[in-house]
Order: sequence, then C-alpha cells, then structure tokens
Amino acid sequence: MSQDPGYNFAYLDENTKRMIRRTLLKAVAIPGHQVPFGAREMPLPYGWGTGGIQVTAAILGPRDVLKVIDQGADDTTNAVSIRRFFHRVAGVATTTRTPEASIIQTRHRIPEQPLTERQILVYQVPMPEPLFKLEPRLAETKRMHALADYGLMHVKLYEDIARHGHVSAAYSYPVMVEERYLMSPSPIPAFDNPKMHRMAALQLFGAGREKKIYAVPPYTAVRSLDFEDHPFRPHRAEGCCALCGSTTSYLDEVVTDDRGGRMFVCSDTDYCEERQANTKEQAA
Amino acid sequence: MIRPGFTDPVKESQSCFRAVLEAMSRPGRIQEAGTQEAGGGLTPPEGLHPATAAVLLTLADAETPLWQDAGAGVAEWLRFHAGCPLVAAPEEAAFLLATGAPPALETLELGSEEEPQAGATLILQVAALEAAPGLILEGPGIAQRHELRVSGLPAGFWAARARLRPLFPRGLDLILCAGTRLAALPRTTRVTEG
Repeated sequence: MSQDPGYNFAYLDENTKRMIRRTLLKAVAIPGHQVPFGAREMPLPYGWGTGGIQVTAAILGPRDVLKVIDQGADDTTNAVSIRRFFHRVAGVATTTRTPEASIIQTRHRIPEQPLTERQILVYQVPMPEPLFKLEPRLAETKRMHALADYGLMHVKLYEDIARHGHVSAAYSYPVMVEERYLMSPSPIPAFDNPKMHRMAALQLFGAGREKKIYAVPPYTAVRSLDFEDHPFRPHRAEGCCALCGSTTSYLDEVVTDDRGGRMFVCSDTDYCEERQANTKEQAA
Repeated sequence: MIRPGFTDPVKESQSCFRAVLEAMSRPGRIQEAGTQEAGGGLTPPEGLHPATAAVLLTLADAETPLWQDAGAGVAEWLRFHAGCPLVAAPEEAAFLLATGAPPALETLELGSEEEPQAGATLILQVAALEAAPGLILEGPGIAQRHELRVSGLPAGFWAARARLRPLFPRGLDLILCAGTRLAALPRTTRVTEG
C-alpha cells in the first residue's frame, strides 16, 4: 500500500522531524543522557507510545521494514495500531519477524533473538527519569545527573536488600551507561537488562509525555546497578514455555481457568512461533 | 544564481539523516550522503561537497544559528534553502561549517554540565575520508576499534580536540564530509593518531 496522501510522509511535518533528528544525534553523542525535545501531540493519547512513535517517524524511510511489539507480542492492541498507523501514513512494509525488521519499536521488552548492526530498537518510555520516585524535583535530578551523584539510588537498592533480602525491582531496573549516566531502561523486565550491554543495534528511547529522548549507541557498556555481595540477578519464572518448550526465554504467566490452573508461555511471540515451526519441521 | 537544494526534500533528508545517525552511532564508519541515487540529488553551491550540502539541508533550519567560512555564495544558498540564522561569532553557533581551519575549539559552545546537549556540532569539510590506517578510534559505538584516514585537517586539530575530553559530558560533536562520504565523531570517541 502506498501512503495516505492526506499526511506528510510518516505523519510529522519536516520541521518537527528535523528537531527530533537533531535531538537524536545529541542523545547518541552523550549515551544515557536525557535530552529534552518538543514532543508534539499525536493522534493517540500520551502513555500509548507517543515518544516511541515520534522517534520512529523521524528516522523511518520508505525502504525500512517495521516491527512493533507490546510486551513481546506482535498482536496486542498497541502493537497492531502503531504498525497500522505507520503502514498508513508512511506506506512502509511491516513484519512480525525479528530478523526481517530494520526498525523495531518496542513497549517493555527486548526480543529474545539477538539484534544485528542493521537494526534500530526504539523504546516507548513512560518515565525517563530513573530517580523520579526518589526525587520528584526535575531541577534537582538534573543536577544529580550533572554531578553523577547517584548515592540516592544506591541507598534505595540497599534498603531493598535490608528489607526483602534482594532488590525488589523486577522491571525498570536502573542501569549505568558507560559508567557515567544513570538511566532507566524503560519498564523492560530486569531479565532483559543484560541484552542492552554492548548490543550490536542502536537503541533509541522516546518519552512523549515527559518530552525526553535518550540513546545507547551500539557496543556501549550498560551495567545493572548492584553490590559486590548482592550481584545483579535477573528474575525468570521457574519453568518452560508450554507452547515451544523454551527454558531460556522470558515467560508470561497465563491463568487458564478459575480453579488455579495456569501455564507459562514465551512473552516474545515471534520467538515462540519460530521455535514451534522448527519443532514441527523436525518432526515431519 | 542560487543552486537548487533537494529535489525531494522529505525522502532525501531522511536518507541523509540516517547516514548521519549511522555515522554518529558507529564513529569512523564511512557513510554515503548527497549521492544522485535517491532520485535527483542536490546541486551543491560552489565550495561545498555534496555530502556537506546534504548534511546542512538535513539538520539546519530557523532554529539553528550557523557559523560558516565558505563564502557569500554558500551563505546565500543556506539562507534560501535552510533559512538558518548566520552568525559571525563562532561561539554563538549551534552548527559550524568549516571548509578551512576551524575556529579554536575551546572557544565554541560546549554546553553545560546540566545541559551538555547544547554543545555545538562542527561540520568539517575535508579533502578525503578513507577507511584506512590513520586514526584509531575507540569508545561507544565501536566494537573493538575503527580506523579512519582523514586528509586535509590542520596540524594539531586532534590534539586540540583531545584537550576537551576531560570536560565530558560537555563537548563538541564532529561530522566530517568529503565528496559524497561522511563520518562522524561524537565527543565520546577517543582518537589516537597512529
């Protein structure tokens, strides 16, 4: 399908794209630093991925192949509507297959399959400020980032360990980028944090409501905060996927009836389908 | 006569931006920009290479004060196509276009500790860019090390750039252009002259 002629290519006007593009370049040049940008109103409410959509719109070209995932799934409302949006306003090819995509916009997951140098991962970010729950004043957190003063976050993690015996954050687990900036990885599960470390693909983060863009260039050090005697341990549900049998992927727990029945399935639907198809092929 | 800009500004600025983004994400890797293949391409004014002209049209507009040393013809072309304010003082510029020796780096806008993104972008038009031994680059965006040969920069440029390094996150980001090639060096890239 060609694009809807009622809109500029990829919805945004050219001035807005240029502004976002300049912001993206500075974000890449200062890994992990949140750069403010003039987020526009989009034809969907804040909190539905307006930041990610604006970043995608600014980088997207006619030859790109777009994949959109929401919690790992290609077929949930948010993913389907964003994919259709770009298909309509930019006429780009879309896919659900991770290796075929050149741009992957994601809400709260990193695909299981390792990404390559030819790909760009765009995160939808609800709250870009990792210190927000500890210090609500943005003027103050800005200064803390300037001074790399992250003691507050270490105290929070320490208090978690003192109270619960472990760090209680299972998602949005704070990371240090190049040992300089404390960064929120967006609400991906802590399980996905290690994938950010020295990833071959460029990672871009867009927060529409909070009007911030940040980035992690390829092959950049991303370390989840921890302590020597309490090393970072990503959590994964005990068990294997009920559909494909994977013992290494991130699992969602699905309640199947009202008598306590439940099963675990891969959160990454493309990875799971791929594995099921391979098993069938081998059996045939 | 003012030379024409992009024939298809939407598509051409997008493909040029992706080249710059790729260059900035993988410092020292050479990208192509301003080529004829994207349906027409642009005709750079006298004194500018195709890549330099494409980068300027892609990034500069009314919001970006620009300093340049390429002469009145280029100034007129930029004013018409990009509409960017042209400033005489290098320290006031968000973008600088240097076809000759760039202004002293430490006098340029480097941003502040709280807002390092205000640091300027220096677009350097050089004689040649090659993926060959010359400079050894290390830092974010580089798996091990990248090699880049840059011809036509004044002696002492890399030493002057290295002196800004302790100021990080403040600093300057470089876009190097030659012919239809470009490469970028964000402030995080460590350069060794090999």
